[in-house]
Amino acid sequence: MTHHHHDDDREGEGISRRHALECMIWAGTGVLWTLSGGVPVSLNLLGAAQAAEAMTTGFTFLQISDSHIGFDKAANPHAIDTLKEAMGKIQALPQKPAFMIHTGDITHLSKAAQFDNAAQIIGGAGFDVHYVPGEHDVIDDDNGKAYLDRYGKGTKGAGWYSFDQNGVHFVALVNVVNLKAGGLGNLGPEQLAWLADDLKAVSASTPIVVFAHIPLWAIYPEWGWGTDDAAQALGLLKGFGSVTVLNGHIHQIMQKVEGNVTFHTARSTAFPQPAPGTAASPGPMTVPAGQLRGLLGTSSVAVKQGGQELAIIDSTLA
Amino acid sequence: MIRFPTRPFVGPLAALGFAGLAVMAPAPLRAADATVVKIDNFTFTPAALTVKPGTTVTFENDDDIPHLVVANDGSFRSKALDTGDTYAFTFTKAGDFAYYCGLHPHMQGKITVAP
Repeated sequence: MTHHHHDDDREGEGISRRHALECMIWAGTGVLWTLSGGVPVSLNLLGAAQAAEAMTTGFTFLQISDSHIGFDKAANPHAIDTLKEAMGKIQALPQKPAFMIHTGDITHLSKAAQFDNAAQIIGGAGFDVHYVPGEHDVIDDDNGKAYLDRYGKGTKGAGWYSFDQNGVHFVALVNVVNLKAGGLGNLGPEQLAWLADDLKAVSASTPIVVFAHIPLWAIYPEWGWGTDDAAQALGLLKGFGSVTVLNGHIHQIMQKVEGNVTFHTARSTAFPQPAPGTAASPGPMTVPAGQLRGLLGTSSVAVKQGGQELAIIDSTLA
Repeated sequence: MIRFPTRPFVGPLAALGFAGLAVMAPAPLRAADATVVKIDNFTFTPAALTVKPGTTVTFENDDDIPHLVVANDGSFRSKALDTGDTYAFTFTKAGDFAYYCGLHPHMQGKITVAP
């Protein structure tokens, strides 16, 4: 863990960097977003060469999400096979990711055999994997013990933690426990207090990557796609020059740049869900068999050494 | 509290219950004391239900996603209900019992128990 104290210059440095900052997201469609005066603008298509450059000058990490091992319904009767395909594609990448993150819903029903199968397939690739739970991972009879027994070592509370890698501070949050009637995702006061304390030791110029299962921005509250107390967490991240928030849960790509924060959700490796409000419910979306793999996938995040911008590259299984 | 872990048992019970209500309403059939809340498209149907004390309410998940029925006051809580699973709870005390889905808390419903 490398931490630097620069509390005195946090405010000034954060603001000046924010003005100079260009936040790039390169999605599967090849759109380059840049931040100019707080307004995200789509500039042009980022060529494969630029993406390759971003990949080779820094390091990359890989996000997978919503593998839902145990799901066998019409939307994808073989969720275990599509996870295997995703891991095969990750192993075949020309530049190996430094590590992986899994943004939750590893399993469908928190069953031991489902956790075991996921661990075998994901662990078989040989990468370090940093997990956070999805709501499907904490529905064992002991309300989350099955997840914590496997992935809770060295974590706090319901499984939150932070770590540093190559000059980037990573924060893993849990927003799927103690959900309140009528509410959305929930971080809770204990976790927010921990986050405030954790960030005290991080300099304003350190790029921060926050990952959690349910989106930390209100994508579609009518379907529960948001987190009730996310604003408090984001408030704690205001002074930092570069913040990237990576989520899962909604089984499709959504992105937004707001101030110093870039938000991005990843695809599932199991089944797609409908775009907000386009169906009666957010339940699994059944598509013609030939289209399924075009809607499943993973995300690769490239961090340029010495640079502030992170390039996010989404790839499908098709 | 009675739990029915599988679906086949409940279908006939529910059918009997409704048949009893519709055809022989005046007769005090015991089967009429059972009723069903369906979970479909992330919605409890009916969202508000009034029953007499002693009624067993069965929650049945018809979605391709698990749901979990939790009373706001903690008086009942199901296990995770996979597709086709059911959870039954017998309401003995009068009052309003608001509940929600422990996985998708924007899903809410209410059982009113009144003599």
